[in-house]
Amino acid sequence: MSIPLPAFIAIPLVMAFLMPLVGSLLGRKANPVVTFLANAATIGVLFLAIVSIGNTEVYNVGKWPIPLGINLVLDGLSSLVLLAIAVVSVAAMLFSARYMEQYTAKAKYYCLFLLMVAGMNGVVLSGDIFNLFVFLEIASIASYALVGFGCEHEELEASFKYMVLGCIASTFVLFGVALVYAQTGSLNMAQIGGIIGGEPLSGPLAFALSMLVVGFGLKAALVPFHAWLPDAHPSAPAPISAMLSGVLIKALGVYALSRIIFNVFGVSESIGWVLIGLGVVSMVIGVFLAVGQWDFKRLLAYHSISQMGYVVLGLGIGAVILAQGGNKAWAGLAILGGLFHLINHAVFKSLLFLTSGSVEMSTGSRQLKQMGGLAEKLPFTRTACTVASASISGIPPFNGFWSKLILVIAAVQAGFYWLAAVTVLVSLVTLISFLKIQRYVFLGELPEKLEDTREHRGSMLTAMAFLACLCVLMGLLVIVPSLKSTILDPAVDVLVEGLEYSSRIINM
Amino acid sequence: MAYALCLLLFMIGLYCAVVKKNMVKIVIGVLVMEYAVNIFLIMIGYRKDGIAPIVINDDELITGAGKVSEFFVNNSVDPLPQALVLTSIVISLGSLALMIALCIRLYEKYGTFDITQIRRLKG
Repeated sequence: MSIPLPAFIAIPLVMAFLMPLVGSLLGRKANPVVTFLANAATIGVLFLAIVSIGNTEVYNVGKWPIPLGINLVLDGLSSLVLLAIAVVSVAAMLFSARYMEQYTAKAKYYCLFLLMVAGMNGVVLSGDIFNLFVFLEIASIASYALVGFGCEHEELEASFKYMVLGCIASTFVLFGVALVYAQTGSLNMAQIGGIIGGEPLSGPLAFALSMLVVGFGLKAALVPFHAWLPDAHPSAPAPISAMLSGVLIKALGVYALSRIIFNVFGVSESIGWVLIGLGVVSMVIGVFLAVGQWDFKRLLAYHSISQMGYVVLGLGIGAVILAQGGNKAWAGLAILGGLFHLINHAVFKSLLFLTSGSVEMSTGSRQLKQMGGLAEKLPFTRTACTVASASISGIPPFNGFWSKLILVIAAVQAGFYWLAAVTVLVSLVTLISFLKIQRYVFLGELPEKLEDTREHRGSMLTAMAFLACLCVLMGLLVIVPSLKSTILDPAVDVLVEGLEYSSRIINM
Repeated sequence: MAYALCLLLFMIGLYCAVVKKNMVKIVIGVLVMEYAVNIFLIMIGYRKDGIAPIVINDDELITGAGKVSEFFVNNSVDPLPQALVLTSIVISLGSLALMIALCIRLYEKYGTFDITQIRRLKG
């Protein structure tokens, strides 16, 4: 069955620009209409993403064949990340329907939201390295504006900081792209992969790769490039925090990084160790910075850095094994752990941000010390938060447990015992910091001024329930063989096959 | 040599964006970086005494083969980087507009352009 690949980008893009138009035409009555349209768009994209699972397709834009034109490529890895983007955006959009009533200009908010979705889908589908940069900028610019959406002191400050670092990152990426073009004479990822062909990188190409790693590393907020994330993610409205932490840093950062390293430049031992180094440093520093935080959302933001470390660590172990010519099955297991943790993190971290949004909307505060005893007042939020906390700390049977287990097994099999030990240790510290959230937000004594706190129901609850169910059920993705072989294995195969990607895409 | 100057310009922009305290200067630094990359892109396609990559008369075509002549291939400049530069200029215009808008809103809120005094977020 043929999938209309441009629809992934066209649906949100067209809807995005319809929003302000509908908003200004209908005036005050516009809110329900734009809410409905925006939700229809994200649900449509989710439907497409589900249909696209298991397909491999190349779409040549304007029917120009591969070296001449731009092409969109759908393969296992793309469809996995597309699915994560679609799931999180559906939940965040549902949540926004109620949550964004605190803000004005709902139509403009939906416009930026859908632009961001279009940009991310474009990054994931693009088979052209310059086109990837263009979509990356579309998604980034929308996200800068969304971080500053509240237009208060902190939000503007965070947005400016994020924007400057984001622009520097994009410039690095563009510089890398230009260098790659100068060296290979092509912008098509498959063709570049064919031209480089697994040879050791020449000086300029190695420089280009380091530029790209810095650029995408900044977008993925890996330590030492993480400075903007703890400011930007908490300052955005809660559904946007969920989108940014849940999928934006993955689509623009980790996805692009892994695609470039595995399929375009080819793995080498040194780049594998760079990934492992970035991963371990992010895991450890992120989690220790998180434990000391007293701002609910800031704590979650630091955990995003730490959890991205897990993903990059898995990819790095896989890259090292592949480059050493080791057993492909173990390399595949490490990459499976990384990618599975990527989608798990998308689900549980966005759920955590949504619960923090629900708590913030009910109590008007994000400071842990000013809360307490909310378990009775916010029963559903409490349940959702407990499920997500158990997932992120790796408690069975929730999804986080399975991906961390796979990562530990892969690290032990590859002989990196100390990496396995670090993984378990970081997981323990994660558990401690989420016990802290449970203790200070939901247990303890209820402060007097929070006596009449009410839980906001409706669409916010639906969104949280949706993600919480996924947290419980996603373990099935690795336990049930048929699900594993249709959803996860194709994505792992794309990364394990490395440069064979090139000939496969060109010959399609 | 020209490439080295281009890299130098990129470094100057990066230095300016990272070290300066004034928001407007930071924005200028980011722009200088973007210009450096744009110049680099143009230089990739540059060829000394090159001709424009446009086929106007039959001399440049091999009759009947549907291809351009070897002279044309060896002398025309590369048009692709020019298209890339146009795209990247448009993108940097978009981000510049947003950055300047943020600067204006921040100035309204804080009454200063000094980034060291705009510090409500920490930890």
